[in-house]
Amino acid sequence: MKAIVTVIGRDTVGIIAGVCSILAANGVNVLDISQTVMREYFTMIMLVDTAGCRVDFAELSEILKKAGAERGLDIRIQREDIFEAMHRI
Amino acid sequence: MITTNEILETIEMISQQHLDIRTITMGISLRDCGRTDLKACCDKIYDKVTTRAQNLVRVGEDIQREFGIPIVNKRISVTPVAIACECCEAEDYTPLAQALDRAAGEVGVNFIGGFSALVQKGFTVGDERLLRSIPQALASTGRVCSSVNVASTKAGINMDAVAQMGRVVKETARLTQGQGCARLVVFANAVEDNPFMAGAFHGTGEPECVINVGVSGPGVVHSALKKVRGQPFNVVAETVKKTAFRVTRMGELVAQEASKRLGVPFGIVDLSLAPTPAVGDSVADILEEMGLESVGAPGTTAALALLNDAVKKGGVMASSNVGGLSGAFIPVSEDAGMIRAAAAGRLTIEKLEAMTCVCSVGLDMIALPGDTTAETISAIIADESAIGVINQKTTAVRVIPVPGAKVGDTVDFGGLLGSAPIMAVNPASARDFVARGGRIPAPIHSLRN
Repeated sequence: MKAIVTVIGRDTVGIIAGVCSILAANGVNVLDISQTVMREYFTMIMLVDTAGCRVDFAELSEILKKAGAERGLDIRIQREDIFEAMHRI
Repeated sequence: MITTNEILETIEMISQQHLDIRTITMGISLRDCGRTDLKACCDKIYDKVTTRAQNLVRVGEDIQREFGIPIVNKRISVTPVAIACECCEAEDYTPLAQALDRAAGEVGVNFIGGFSALVQKGFTVGDERLLRSIPQALASTGRVCSSVNVASTKAGINMDAVAQMGRVVKETARLTQGQGCARLVVFANAVEDNPFMAGAFHGTGEPECVINVGVSGPGVVHSALKKVRGQPFNVVAETVKKTAFRVTRMGELVAQEASKRLGVPFGIVDLSLAPTPAVGDSVADILEEMGLESVGAPGTTAALALLNDAVKKGGVMASSNVGGLSGAFIPVSEDAGMIRAAAAGRLTIEKLEAMTCVCSVGLDMIALPGDTTAETISAIIADESAIGVINQKTTAVRVIPVPGAKVGDTVDFGGLLGSAPIMAVNPASARDFVARGGRIPAPIHSLRN
């Protein structure tokens, strides 16, 4: 299953490394990354494949959310379908 | 591939503009639950509801986590109890409501709708028993919602039922300090697949079990309209349509997913714009964004008509299964902008009545002075019913005559039900009008065959 990870918050050193290591540790494959820094706000969007994920989706979502909160970041993981449904006919 | 902007737009809609799925409502037929013995009937209802809906809340929460979209309520609607349990020999149906309440508590839903009767043309024995039981049923439960359909375009208006419902509303208010009236709706042209409370019931033409979804998103529409400030109304309509399309697509996706996981057929997506008391989640704000100083000002009805129509046009493009009420709701106590306008005296019951001609439902969550008579409430119900019957649309009355309260007081209903200023009612009497009884015949345009 494909999902979108979004990371939004104040830019600090090592955000990408931190998120990627959590994903790798749980068997989630990163397919695509785009990131920008607007003013001092960091926005990263990742397309990931959760087919090989070793924990269930809810747990992964909780792990990411918690890790984000520790660094003052808003990290979400959502199934890709919701964006497809809202923006594509 | 979805673009960065589209992803961020969706996230902003959810995190800042209160976009959510307002309710996943499971409709459950109780037509096989009638038993002559009251206790057997209650047991059967409890067993059926708790079995059918055992996974509803868990599945709702799973979908919420996976899609990252809040699903605010998980609810149940059942076959109108007056139909399902008519063979039950008990005079008082209150224990049936209590069985529904226990079942709702067991599966973890906050409301269960269907303590209902359809009496637009007259009463059966079960209908009479149910109507008599409503005040006590609502007073002795916290989750049960009751609705009574007193009129339809095909049948006309049952004025005996209208008269009785005025008394039922008053008695419910007396027993519950007004709170119970928030769970009691009087309908004209009630729909069978409405997922929204308090008026949801599982119609007799519905399947054994079904999933209906109600979306929401006044905040999203409001935000979209801020970007076209000052532009002509065709731009406004187009903007609302596009927004409604996106919101509905999301609703359809969630409905399909819930249906698949629960193994229950998908019924409809209801497109209604349902406000909450949260700041930024208001239908009144949308109307004011169109250029009105306050909701209730001249122009309000036209603004609402445009909004209601554009929401439908966008929504029907997004889902092949649109149903329920599908329009804008204007519940006073559940909308921060409506509360503000009512408290400032800029929104009156008469203006709200005009607004109900062009949007879904009707006089909703309006707090009235405690000395409002049953006859006046009946007459308000008759007026709303007439609007529904003549315009071939659903209308409803959910008013709360708060014991001891006067115009200017404020009452708090808690949670999503919000708080409301007591609104003034025209003091002229309708006693002799309501006392006539009988039936106002169906209008000429009901004869379409």
